[in-house]
Amino acid sequence: MLASAIIVFRETLEAALIIGIIAAATHHLKSRNAWLLTGIAAGIAGALIVAVLAGRIAELAAGFGQEIFNAAILGVAAAMLAWHNIWMARHGAAMAGEAKSLGHAVGTGARGMSALCIVIALAILREGSETALFLYGLLAGSTEPAATVLSGGAVGLLAGAIAGYGLYAGFLRIPARRLFTVTSVLILLLAAAMSSQMAKFLVQADVLPSLANPFWDTSWLLTNGSAPGRVFHALIGYEATPSGIQILFYAVTLLLILAGMHLSRRGPPRSPAT
Amino acid sequence: MKTLSSLVALAAFSALASFCAWAADPEVALVIKNHRFEPAELRVPAGQKIRLIVHNQDSTPEEFESHELNREKVIAPGAKATIYIGPLKAGRYPFVGEFHENTARGTVIAE
Repeated sequence: MLASAIIVFRETLEAALIIGIIAAATHHLKSRNAWLLTGIAAGIAGALIVAVLAGRIAELAAGFGQEIFNAAILGVAAAMLAWHNIWMARHGAAMAGEAKSLGHAVGTGARGMSALCIVIALAILREGSETALFLYGLLAGSTEPAATVLSGGAVGLLAGAIAGYGLYAGFLRIPARRLFTVTSVLILLLAAAMSSQMAKFLVQADVLPSLANPFWDTSWLLTNGSAPGRVFHALIGYEATPSGIQILFYAVTLLLILAGMHLSRRGPPRSPAT
Repeated sequence: MKTLSSLVALAAFSALASFCAWAADPEVALVIKNHRFEPAELRVPAGQKIRLIVHNQDSTPEEFESHELNREKVIAPGAKATIYIGPLKAGRYPFVGEFHENTARGTVIAE
């Protein structure tokens, strides 16, 4: 029971923290909960489909289907986060600052939210499919009764959800004006982290060179296996032993989004309806 | 005669090419059986990229995971998966089967 609780918790944690950040970033939107639930439901459905097809996906691309699939998911999620931040750089400050309740603000907010809804669905799809495979394996091959395995899984899921909610509740204690900045920075780092993870999968499939592996080693300070290491990995992409190309992807993504946000903020003013 | 010599040249070339491919990326085999890795210690050359071929002979999926090697891959029951690792500095790199972490443990030793 403990084994299934721990693994389900680990797998849930990353997605739960991402949802926590996104929920905080969009908490001023009236339709937020509907979007969150849509993303979560789509993610769970997708996770089950991917778990069933896992063997087939793995065989694609000369045996590197899993890596290419994960890289594609991470790439799309990073692009959605980037788009959200760049778009919010123009519209978000005004929305959060003045007219929360105006009709157009809700309408434009929903457009930003749809991108984040996809990010939630993809995060759950990735982590959830692994969880489903793990639980399937435990149910099929273990001597433990199914009820024990499943209740362990439920405990792990609950603990992960509590961690995500805890992060969200912590964000809500931040004053509204600062919260927008804080969540923008976190979404920026999340996008860079996903880009770096994408590079890792492409190195694993031998599509990209690793460019010095590891580039540095901070495992004496914080290992990726420890609880804080996992949290920092999920939130800002912390790696104790990153390869050079991961750092390159991280830095380039960070700079591209910052440049996009800067240009978007300084661009010619548009009418409030767009 | 001309065709024969070109055939020989082609055979020599493809032998050389496959030797180069082999020389570039040494292959190391690893088996998962009864939720354990066999062998539990893999000795590999340092400073070279390595093709790790992991054959999951169990009837349940397993996830090869190593923070030290920076790798994670789910391997379906009965499947053989290729994972590129390295080039590694000399040292020890532990890995686990995340779905059966109590028993599935191993170490890559680069030297």
